Amino acid sequence: MPERRTKTIKTDVLARVEGEGAMRVRIESGRVTEVQLRIYEPPRFFEAFLRGRDFTEALDITSRICGICPIAYQMSAVTAMESLCGVEVGGQLRALRRLLYCGEWIESHALHVFMLHAPDFLGFESAVAMAREHPTIVTDALALKKAGNEVMRVVGGREVHPINVRVGGVHRAPRKAELATLVAGLERAREIALGAVRLTASFDFPDYDQDIELVALAQPGEYPIDRGRIISSTGLDIAPEEYESRFVEQHVPWSHALHSQRTGGGNYLVGPLARFATSFAALTPLAREAAADVGLRAPERNPFRSIVVRAVELVHAVDEALELIAAYEEPDAPAIEVEPRAGVGHGATEAPRGLLYHRYEIDADGTILAANIVPPTSQNQIAIEADLRGVVERSLELPDEQLSRLCEQTIRNYDPCISCATHFLTLEVERC
Amino acid sequence: MSVATRRRPKLAVWKFASCDGCQLSLLDCEDELLALAGEVEIAYFPEASSATVRGPYDLSLVEGSITTADDRERILRVRSSSRRLVTIGACATAGGIQALRNFADVEDFVRLVYARPDYISTLATSTPISAHVPVDFELHGCPIDKRQLLEVISAHLIGRRPTIATTSVCTECKRRGTVCVMVAHGTPCLGPVTHAGCGAICPSYDRGCYGCFGPMETPNVVALTRQLRALDATETAIDRVFHTFNAAAPPFAGAGSDRA
Repeated sequence: MPERRTKTIKTDVLARVEGEGAMRVRIESGRVTEVQLRIYEPPRFFEAFLRGRDFTEALDITSRICGICPIAYQMSAVTAMESLCGVEVGGQLRALRRLLYCGEWIESHALHVFMLHAPDFLGFESAVAMAREHPTIVTDALALKKAGNEVMRVVGGREVHPINVRVGGVHRAPRKAELATLVAGLERAREIALGAVRLTASFDFPDYDQDIELVALAQPGEYPIDRGRIISSTGLDIAPEEYESRFVEQHVPWSHALHSQRTGGGNYLVGPLARFATSFAALTPLAREAAADVGLRAPERNPFRSIVVRAVELVHAVDEALELIAAYEEPDAPAIEVEPRAGVGHGATEAPRGLLYHRYEIDADGTILAANIVPPTSQNQIAIEADLRGVVERSLELPDEQLSRLCEQTIRNYDPCISCATHFLTLEVERC
Repeated sequence: MSVATRRRPKLAVWKFASCDGCQLSLLDCEDELLALAGEVEIAYFPEASSATVRGPYDLSLVEGSITTADDRERILRVRSSSRRLVTIGACATAGGIQALRNFADVEDFVRLVYARPDYISTLATSTPISAHVPVDFELHGCPIDKRQLLEVISAHLIGRRPTIATTSVCTECKRRGTVCVMVAHGTPCLGPVTHAGCGAICPSYDRGCYGCFGPMETPNVVALTRQLRALDATETAIDRVFHTFNAAAPPFAGAGSDRA
């Protein structure tokens, strides 16, 4: 009988992701037999303590699920409550909220592209280490990130957990002069974002294509951010109200995050690759041109190239923020009155890392009776596991240390926000 | 002394149950981050770097609250490897919003959220770091203010106590010239009892303070509650506003009508 040896490699904490989790890959006789993305983030039970709160509180409470994408939580919550109460926020109030969301996309994408993901491709442990050899890349990245944060600060009141969104609109509509202070920083950010597309496109990418359903919001004439129908690369086209009949969450023993699948089976992914595939035509001309110049075409099926797609989305978000500011007129009132009514409301918006769905049931007084939140990272968990399996199977000849690094990079393709999904990413490769 | 020969203090950033927003505030210091990295050795900060340097650490920033048995053990190890330990944010300082479980049955919470409660291991309470280990300084806020974070780190580097006001948000409104939203507009506001530090953002956006920095040093919660009632706030509304992001912080935990 041949000697059976088990070899385990551990990286105690998977770095440069938001939150804590662990990864376990088991290889037996040259085959990957088990892949588990384990999310240890301690559960905080938002959906439980939302019960009994007022419908106007859900947006500020759920923003505390994630310090990286608080606006996404605020916008999905507020959209759900407004649709429940029969109100649609339009005109300049919607424009302001979309501008705020563009700010979050810029901040979050700049953080991920340069500070979390680019070090993988350029061979550094962190952006700070990268700054010693590539000072311009890092100082530009920080300027880009700051431009997004400034939008958050001026329109939202602060960078983390902004305070200005409310059911029906905003608490205070900023003056035109306040928004004008953002323009110079955003104009520089646009140049930096264009440079980011060229830089990221020059990276070496592992040869890996995935065949998986791509799911994103879509709205005629605009890139999906704050509203739309839920569509997919294979023909799904539903209203947000129908989400739970088409997608199911499952609880697996190794993770505190629930895994999402299509009802009846079938894996899918959400995020930049999905949005780019389904709404390429709605990108601003400059963003489309930037993609075309580096040969990036929709659909892009290599998850490692998601970093280039994020850079294209950075161009778009900066471009659109500048357009929204140029077209801004101060509204007569900062919000429309919203009266609660008993019922169920659904909100779906595009967090930087993908579709974020909320459902609330409230009574006639506006008290929340039930809440359901499906964050992008739990929707992507199965896709991440499938990619890990695929990537490891193609790279079995690599030494364990390199294989571990490749696995971590594969996970980072999804910009996973583990705080959202419910943290400790331990990477474990076990060869039998 | 040249930069090359000086031993830079080791900084570590730890996470417990939290949203990552407070540690993100460090990366949000876009203008100061590289200068800071020249002054301290960022020795352990997994959100930003895959390289880790072994302890002991000169300054540990701790984000998040203690909600699991494992974390209750881990914080002891963090403390023993840290010369100074500073908590950052409402979770680490007061238990955070997840301390709402302290007023309920956590088993009910588990059953509501998870299909398989048997897969979940959690403590019945969410508690601040100070409930488990000695803490050298507590920085308030949900989230913390990044300028205050820089002040705490700078003060540590120089070896002095951080200059952080312990007064109320009201003093910040006065300083920035914001008209009082409660007096002028009748908007319920927690400013009079809430720890300063944010710069009084909400009132400058025509909104009452919602207390995300937690209680100030000596808050008069009873007087404010009377004022909120005078503004026609319902008992439920008063109860909710004190029991959100700093629900378990002592003066807020006992505020309102139905909690002793």
